[in-house]
Amino acid sequence: MKKNQTIPELIWQFFCSVKLAVYTLVLLAATSIVGTIILQNGTPQQYLREYGAAVYNVIKVFNIDDMYRAWWFLALLVILCINIVVCSIERLSTTWKIIFPEKIKFNPDRFRKQKNLESFTVNKEALSLYNDYESFLSKTIGKVIKEETGTGIVIYSETGRWTRMGVYVVHLSIILLLIGALIGSLFGFKARLNLDEGATSDTAFIAKKREPVNIGFSIRCNDFNVKFYDTGAPEEFKSNLTIIENGKESFTKDILVNHPLRYKGINIFQSSYGSGQPDSVVLDIIRQSDKSVTSQTIKIGEEIQLPDAQGLFELQGFLPNYDFRGNNLGEAFIGKITLKDAKEIQIAIPIKFPTFDKMRKGTFAFVVKDFEQKYYTGLQITKDPGVWYVYSGFILMIIGCWITFFMSHQSFFIEIEKAGENSSKISISGTTNRNNQGMKLKIKRIVTKLKDI
Amino acid sequence: MNSSLALSLATFIYGLASVFYIGSFAFKKQILAKPGFIVLIIGFLSNTAGIILRWIESHQLGYGYAPFSNMYESLVFFSWAIAILYIFVELKYKENIIGMFATPLIFLAIAYASLSPDISSKISPLIPALKSNWLIAHVITCFLGYAGFALAFGFSIIYFIKPKNPDAASIFAKLPSWDLIDELTYQMVVFGFLFLTIGIITGAVWANSAWGTYWSWDPKETWSLITWFVYAIFLHLRMMRGWHGKNLAWVSIIGFMAVMFTYFGVNFLLSGLHSYG
Repeated sequence: MKKNQTIPELIWQFFCSVKLAVYTLVLLAATSIVGTIILQNGTPQQYLREYGAAVYNVIKVFNIDDMYRAWWFLALLVILCINIVVCSIERLSTTWKIIFPEKIKFNPDRFRKQKNLESFTVNKEALSLYNDYESFLSKTIGKVIKEETGTGIVIYSETGRWTRMGVYVVHLSIILLLIGALIGSLFGFKARLNLDEGATSDTAFIAKKREPVNIGFSIRCNDFNVKFYDTGAPEEFKSNLTIIENGKESFTKDILVNHPLRYKGINIFQSSYGSGQPDSVVLDIIRQSDKSVTSQTIKIGEEIQLPDAQGLFELQGFLPNYDFRGNNLGEAFIGKITLKDAKEIQIAIPIKFPTFDKMRKGTFAFVVKDFEQKYYTGLQITKDPGVWYVYSGFILMIIGCWITFFMSHQSFFIEIEKAGENSSKISISGTTNRNNQGMKLKIKRIVTKLKDI
Repeated sequence: MNSSLALSLATFIYGLASVFYIGSFAFKKQILAKPGFIVLIIGFLSNTAGIILRWIESHQLGYGYAPFSNMYESLVFFSWAIAILYIFVELKYKENIIGMFATPLIFLAIAYASLSPDISSKISPLIPALKSNWLIAHVITCFLGYAGFALAFGFSIIYFIKPKNPDAASIFAKLPSWDLIDELTYQMVVFGFLFLTIGIITGAVWANSAWGTYWSWDPKETWSLITWFVYAIFLHLRMMRGWHGKNLAWVSIIGFMAVMFTYFGVNFLLSGLHSYG
């Protein structure tokens, strides 16, 4: 290290090292593993049960329960960012002159020393060879520069000088990605909205914090449909939504999984569905003594007479997940029987378990015969003004990688020397900033072509 | 002819190709590698036929999807991708002995698909989230990337088998020089890196059109990013710090371990959006 460096110079040096980039990448890779093993965004109870109080304290201190947003992980990303910018500026300021030279110069001695140098002799005179080779190079490579030496002629041609920019394009793309992600996390949101068929709402709930967020317009779910395969797995689900602005219907559109609705910067995705509350149900009321069945349609909240004037039954409601002694029995109707002697009995009628109510051993057993399945649609509602930065970053990254990996700055050199009466010695070599092996092969190919001329 | 017959044949033929290549090395008979290449091509054709037939069969069953949608299909395609990439490498570099480091990988992937009891070869309908053209782009690019890394891994192994300057009579003399291995490994990593990058990007764009977020730190996403970091480190070490030889080969091997964990470990050990394949 040089003496008498100021602190800003030291900081600059710290950030312009490739070593730092490698260490930061190693740390990012290693720490990223943690978040795939330890549950993210769980409840305190989940962590306490899994790891105990002592480890949970460590998890809390380092935000490991939400580590990809933890200060230390973001700090690593910021270091990487500064590192990329500083490195690129530092290197670009020296390579800029190479990429945009005032005048292209070349040093014949450098080419004469190349390992890929190939030589052969031709029984032709130097000047006529020069004309052939000049047109060959200008056709296959690019503009040709000629220089006379004492003993003959050297010609030079190059291609792809601009491809030295490729790596800076990749670095720029990473910065764009991170800027886009930052904009998204500052000014965007990711929220959920469950809408029953027929319901309207203009408020969604932020996924993690359950905070309400106003969308700016109202969404009404007119209809929800789910199609199943023979196997019972869902094939497709679809919501018919109407957008309502200032009390007026704007438009109506179907959304499906993978086919969202985008409107005024808000994206509305079909993400899930569930059973909504049905209006009514057809119940079979079975007299247990002789198994005789009475079917009756009942609305929720309605009260009916039991057969034989045994009492009253009130259908109180619908539960999407009925819990029976810790077991989830799924969708169930719940109701209350009031017997003649004013004794009240709470009952549940799970849809999937038709014999459930029989086990109560009452006078009557209730079974769901039919009901109109109502759904709610689970919408994911997001706003991400940073997404276009991210997408530009994606495109630049692919282009930049392509340039960096598959294109290179290549220079070719041919020397024509007089070897004797009507014979010339030809030497060919080339340089490249990448893929020397490929250059070696290319030189060999050029040699065979030149021999054919 | 149906897809499972074609793919069983491909498995067997790939196995045979490995035997030829390994035999050509073990018995120092270069002449065995030539039929090995032809057998490999036949296996590749059978593999291709199997994928196309499966595509047709899924349409006949009424599900109609591109066969890149579950663990079985991805393994079959993984074999296919390594095979086509290796065929290209052998034709371009005119080195056939390195086939002994590629064909076993091709064979293992498809044999695992066929033989493992955990992997079902049933054609089953797609869940709604997978019905997207991005699926095809995402899977093809990711597996071309994985194939590049698999070959880079295979070639890196040579560093640990072959001494730098072996005796001319030694069994290792026929293996390519360190310079060439270095070149081959680098080219494969570069190929893999480009396609992994495109694979992650197509996955992100797809996620954004299906779930509304391009990145959600799902374990598969995170592990693919970890893999990307490792190979980014590889490229910087080679291009900027001049690493070569065994040291760099270690990075390539670690990278491939990350690929394997992204591919299998995440599916079998961790849960997330990709648990279906």
